[in-house]
Amino acid sequence: MTMTREIAAPDYTHLAQDLLARAGKHGATAADVMVADGETLSVQVRMGAVDRLTKAREKRLGLRVFFGQRSASASTSDFSPDSLDRFVGETCALAKAVVEDPVSGLPEPGHYAAECPDLNIYDATKLQTDQQIDLALRAERAAFAADSRITNSEGGECDSSSGRIILANSHGFFGHYANSSFSLSVSPIASNDAGMQRDYWYGVNRAFSKLESPEAIGQEATRRTVRKLGARKVPTGRVPVLFDPEVAGSLLSHLSSALSGYALYKGASFLIGQLGRQIAPEFVTIYDDGRMPGGLGTRPFDGEGLPTRKQAMVERGRLTSYLLDTYSGKKLGLPSTGNASRSIGESPSAGPTNFYMVPGTTGPEQILATVKQGLYVTDLIGFGINMVTGDYSRGASGFWIENGELAYPVEEITIAGNLKQMYATIETIGSDLVFRGRIASPTVKIAEMMVAGN
Amino acid sequence: MAKDESGALARFGVTDRDIEQALGRVKVSNVDYADLYFEYCQSESVSMEEGIVKRATKSIGQGVGVRATAGEKTGFAYSDELTSKDLNIAADTARYIANSTQGTAPVPVTHRPALARNLYPHDRANVEVATGDRVTLLNAIDAEARRYDPRIKNVMAAYNTEYKVMLVATSDGVMVGDIQPLSRLQVTCIAEENGNRQVGTFGGGGRIGLEYFQNDQRYLQFAREAAREAILNLSAVDAPAGVMPVVLGGGWPGILLHEAIGHGLEADFNRKKTSAFSSLVGKRVASDVCTIVDDGTLPFRRGSLNVDDEGTPTSRTVLIERGILRGYITDKLNARLMGIPLTGNGRRESYQSVVLPRMTNTFMLAGESDPEDIIKSVKNGLYAVSFGGGQVDITNGKFVFSASEAYLIENGKITRPVKGATLIGSGPDILTKVSMVGHDLKLDEGIGTCGKEGQSVPVGVGLPTIRIDEITVGGTKA
Repeated sequence: MTMTREIAAPDYTHLAQDLLARAGKHGATAADVMVADGETLSVQVRMGAVDRLTKAREKRLGLRVFFGQRSASASTSDFSPDSLDRFVGETCALAKAVVEDPVSGLPEPGHYAAECPDLNIYDATKLQTDQQIDLALRAERAAFAADSRITNSEGGECDSSSGRIILANSHGFFGHYANSSFSLSVSPIASNDAGMQRDYWYGVNRAFSKLESPEAIGQEATRRTVRKLGARKVPTGRVPVLFDPEVAGSLLSHLSSALSGYALYKGASFLIGQLGRQIAPEFVTIYDDGRMPGGLGTRPFDGEGLPTRKQAMVERGRLTSYLLDTYSGKKLGLPSTGNASRSIGESPSAGPTNFYMVPGTTGPEQILATVKQGLYVTDLIGFGINMVTGDYSRGASGFWIENGELAYPVEEITIAGNLKQMYATIETIGSDLVFRGRIASPTVKIAEMMVAGN
Repeated sequence: MAKDESGALARFGVTDRDIEQALGRVKVSNVDYADLYFEYCQSESVSMEEGIVKRATKSIGQGVGVRATAGEKTGFAYSDELTSKDLNIAADTARYIANSTQGTAPVPVTHRPALARNLYPHDRANVEVATGDRVTLLNAIDAEARRYDPRIKNVMAAYNTEYKVMLVATSDGVMVGDIQPLSRLQVTCIAEENGNRQVGTFGGGGRIGLEYFQNDQRYLQFAREAAREAILNLSAVDAPAGVMPVVLGGGWPGILLHEAIGHGLEADFNRKKTSAFSSLVGKRVASDVCTIVDDGTLPFRRGSLNVDDEGTPTSRTVLIERGILRGYITDKLNARLMGIPLTGNGRRESYQSVVLPRMTNTFMLAGESDPEDIIKSVKNGLYAVSFGGGQVDITNGKFVFSASEAYLIENGKITRPVKGATLIGSGPDILTKVSMVGHDLKLDEGIGTCGKEGQSVPVGVGLPTIRIDEITVGGTKA
């Protein structure tokens, strides 16, 4: 995108160095600065016409200062010199008002990312507004054309964005990278005598050329929507539960939250003390890979400037690593794993990059065939997850399985269990891994869960 | 307020002329409506864990959002630069949907109403609490929670404030501004006994300042409540699974209304006929003991606003009257397209987001039953008094909300606490199963944040004790 010219890196280099120097003048013993800048064009269409067009360019700067072991963070979108002067002063005043934390500090020199390899996360393609409108319209049109029961639509959406991140600190680290994202989605509504159902489908990629066609996205959205018509409740009982790849990803997302160093040292994770232990069957292996080319979670360095890497989180069912930044690592007596995630103006936390389960060899239909009676879950709603205990209870919809086949759609039911036990009782994993986000999973079958319905 | 508004304009550094020119540029003949929304927002958070107040963060954001609507179309652009050049670029982008060249005649902004009321008068110093005062308060919370019970092993607390100055200028020729303070104090406790770890949370706030938390040492009550819930959960048994009668306690359980019917009554979904409530106005959607309102005019409440983000004064809207669906909550775009009254519910998260019809404070009016009688009326069921979050699928009407503090009712008596469980029901149907409504209406403590299309806005809910004859409870015990 032309934006890279407009926000030439040298300008921000100077800005970042200037802020570090000003922090030093205020007496800060260490500091880091993060600057982000980006452009977004979002197009939403509905019922064959433009519904909403949003265009924006934004920038934000975050500063973290240390006074010995006291620290504070702040962010601003106002880059004018007078405002920045006041901003640095206020950030320093904030740090002086909090309590000393013996563990705080920047990573030690010598550990920082030395180079920024090209990880294929930036595509310079610049889409025109009319081009995005056309893509969104085509996706919605394809959804309508695929089945006459599609009678309405929440619309189609095509977004493109690009941005740049710059991180610099008083230990001399300076790194920057650019990334881009292109996405296309459509949410059709199907109706019949039984009522209305909505679903959606989407594609998202860092490279525009790798985005699925609007026709493929529209057709898949319709397939997922019409099959929900006539959904009903099922009786309460314990049955095997299959998670389709979209919802199986949420199980990995909960796992990544439980493995965050911050949840662990605060005692707020159900996986405390499990490092090195068997938490899942032997055929389960899970990676976090910050260097996966073109990945939506890929970046050359983390929120502290440490190099990202590929590491096994769960290897043959055994928990082999946590997700750590420098601070949470120190609290747990472990080195950072390069997983510092950072919102501008916040101190780092720890989170996944590209987090995925290695696929198995069984196709999803073969897994289905093993179930005499059970539930195939395609949607989950609600927040019924207790990260301290792992207790799990969520609203679900999907299909009832009878004799190895999808018998009819179901809704207004819940599934409940405990995540620790759910991971331990994974019975089969599918061969159908596709990256559609930072967290990805193949189909997962869990031996048994409580389904509440009638 | 008049003085504050001029102060706000000065802060944004734009002149009347800049505003009128930008509006003129975007308000061409085939644009129905246009507005400029200026915002300055400063937020601060100080948090504590492990007995140390170790984190302090501050964020300053300002910018302008420019919007044009033409028929059902919305064009929108925003900028964090406030020069007249940036304003004009944004105006040109917003106008793109109108397929028209730029307007040349400035739109005069002549009507500058003073706010008819101030629902949240405040002293700025009391909203932007000195970091030292926050530290003192958080330290006291830590000590109080640990004193409550030695099984409390960790206390996490955060004191967040937001000071937002907004100014909206519209192509109707109106310009109005508001200052919207917001504070929230949240406490989380982790209790541990013989390897059993449990969590308890409590929080509250509103468009208020430090004095609210200091009155009657309310912040210490927050600490004790969070500790109490964590200790209680140490003895929780598995929640039941299946359909059963459920009694909801007053206050925050009003999240039921927010999920089950509130979202379904937002005008945008009904204009598009994507809501399970589309075309149900005038029809029965609840039992006749249910009257539900959305009210943005309650003083100091988290969901209240003097004016919405389009400059419309907020109001009290009856959504359901004695069981009959009366109306929707609207913003300008949807009220115009549907030909229904404007209710002052046009809200946006910030200058970076478009206006959508959103709830303010949504609650059920008090009924006549005695809360104790309501519990006695249930032979076997669940009594739920505190909840985490909820979610709804607008189109099929299915909604969930998850209990964080609940008890079994056995033979009309509250007995053992149960582990958290999700409740699931159908929006257009669930309130027809409400058979008793208590006289004890309570509003929540001021912790709710509602998400829609990726935008978060503060909201309130409220509920008296009610009996739902049957709803599916998602526990693990058959």
